[in-house]
Amino acid sequence: MTRRISPGMWLILALLAGFVVAALGADAFATHDPLRQSLLLRLRPPGTLQAGRSFLLGTDDLGRDLLARILYGARASLLVAALSVSVSLVVGTTLGLLAGWFRGWTAVLIMRFVDTMLSIPAILLAVLTVAVLGPGFLKLVMVLGLTRWPRYTRVAYAQTLQVATLPYIRAAEMAGCSAPRLLLRHILPNIAGPLMVVATSEFGLMILFEAGLSFLGLGIQPPYPSWGSIMSAGRAYVARAWWLTVFPGACLFVLVLCVNVFGDWLRDRVDPRSRGRG
Amino acid sequence: MTGHLAGRFGQALVACFGVLTIVFFVMRLSGDPTLLLVPEGASAEQIAALRHELGFDRPMLVQYVAYLGDLARFDLGESLVQRAPVAGIVAERIPYTVALALGALLVALGIGIPSGIAMAVWRGTVVERALAAIVLAGQSLPTFWSGILMILFFGVYLGWLPTSGADSLASLVMPAVALGALTMSTFARMTRISVLDELSRDYVAAARARGLSRMAAVGRHVLRNAAIPVVTIAALEVGNLLAGAVIVETVFAWPGIGQLAIQSIAARDFLVVQAVVLFVSIVYIAMNLLADLAYAAIDPRIRLER
Repeated sequence: MTRRISPGMWLILALLAGFVVAALGADAFATHDPLRQSLLLRLRPPGTLQAGRSFLLGTDDLGRDLLARILYGARASLLVAALSVSVSLVVGTTLGLLAGWFRGWTAVLIMRFVDTMLSIPAILLAVLTVAVLGPGFLKLVMVLGLTRWPRYTRVAYAQTLQVATLPYIRAAEMAGCSAPRLLLRHILPNIAGPLMVVATSEFGLMILFEAGLSFLGLGIQPPYPSWGSIMSAGRAYVARAWWLTVFPGACLFVLVLCVNVFGDWLRDRVDPRSRGRG
Repeated sequence: MTGHLAGRFGQALVACFGVLTIVFFVMRLSGDPTLLLVPEGASAEQIAALRHELGFDRPMLVQYVAYLGDLARFDLGESLVQRAPVAGIVAERIPYTVALALGALLVALGIGIPSGIAMAVWRGTVVERALAAIVLAGQSLPTFWSGILMILFFGVYLGWLPTSGADSLASLVMPAVALGALTMSTFARMTRISVLDELSRDYVAAARARGLSRMAAVGRHVLRNAAIPVVTIAALEVGNLLAGAVIVETVFAWPGIGQLAIQSIAARDFLVVQAVVLFVSIVYIAMNLLADLAYAAIDPRIRLER
């Protein structure tokens, strides 16, 4: 059954593709080195032309080109979000599959752990963990990934419980299919839809988390650009240099908005009620 | 009912215990928690002496039992940076965060619930589309961006509101709006779904058949039933607001526990950070429990089912 994609949705998809292209092609699009400082070019407004060089979005407090920093910031943002979502998706789904398949004590233990993780506000746990471990790209990804897996476990668990009782699973089991093969080849593909919906909404959240942690000085470390850290530095100059806050923030807002709209759209498509039974 | 209550209390206790355990291990992830507690520039001898004094050279299990024992007596330790009990340092800041969270909750309820009702009642109209756009925006706005933009516009440009600090009630307006935006969206979405659910029921058709106007049917019958899920969300959202305060308080220099946590990380005063995380998590669990109890109290169907 096919459904047409509305023009609004095409726009969202185009914007999302634009962000991905900007992030991947940051090296090609940026006309300046995002790390190169120049004391003579501090806090120049958007559209500045100087010495034959143009600064479309202006410069920051250290005279670095804002456009280049935003492009490389997009890369940091999407990379951290994609990697941390992958970590939590794999960890959360594995635990959910195990709990749903073995049930009994395994399920009780795993699901109690899930409940406990969900009782610590994720942003606080991430702040504490990053602060204890110290900054670092991989640490950031692991901390975000390992604080946000429980939602996948809940969904994977509930879905596995449902799917595991279906006749085709029983049939495969009786045909001698091993448990790992059953879980990965027969159950996982059938519960992937709802998991992708969770992953999409988590993706938007991870982008916000990365930006928030970087804003607090706990994420991507200077001099490397992140939208959060650009805004954090721009906060001191907000009255003199609005562009340092407005541009990276607008990118962040539009990106998260697109991800959220895409997530809602995906959910409506995957929703079993709209797909019909069986 | 009593069985249900006891069960929920038991779950909450297990969750508290779990939170304490997770935080205990997170604090030890770096290998040596002593290093998190000493001011910058301490000598190796000082660190070793402190490690012994704080008991970090004991076996992990002994440390764990001592940690639980201290917390059971509400002893959160002493800040080595400020030379004062951690409990006092955190307690001083709690009223500010509570005021901020309540302000945000007020914003969220005041805008979110009427918007949700309007979206359900005027389903498929321009009203719903316009409100849906606002709700979506509220959901995607990073608080540190909306916060700084508000400071720029209302504080710097118009000069209507103070840009930072907590000197008057006016200082609370912008932080509360920034923090409340996300929760507002959650309320609007939940209220919309809840009201739509109720609108499709037979009693609404019956009320309309008796000659009640659509508005009267909503006002007299639907809202009461639709309120049930919304009340429980409200309790849960308080926990989220406390956690979200970490960023908003930093933006507005609001002297609550969120700002305290970030300042304490910079000052390497991790016992204070630990206390803030524990406090917010326990409040969160308590709110969860409260939400469940409120749910059972308001909706007799829940009580009968269990």
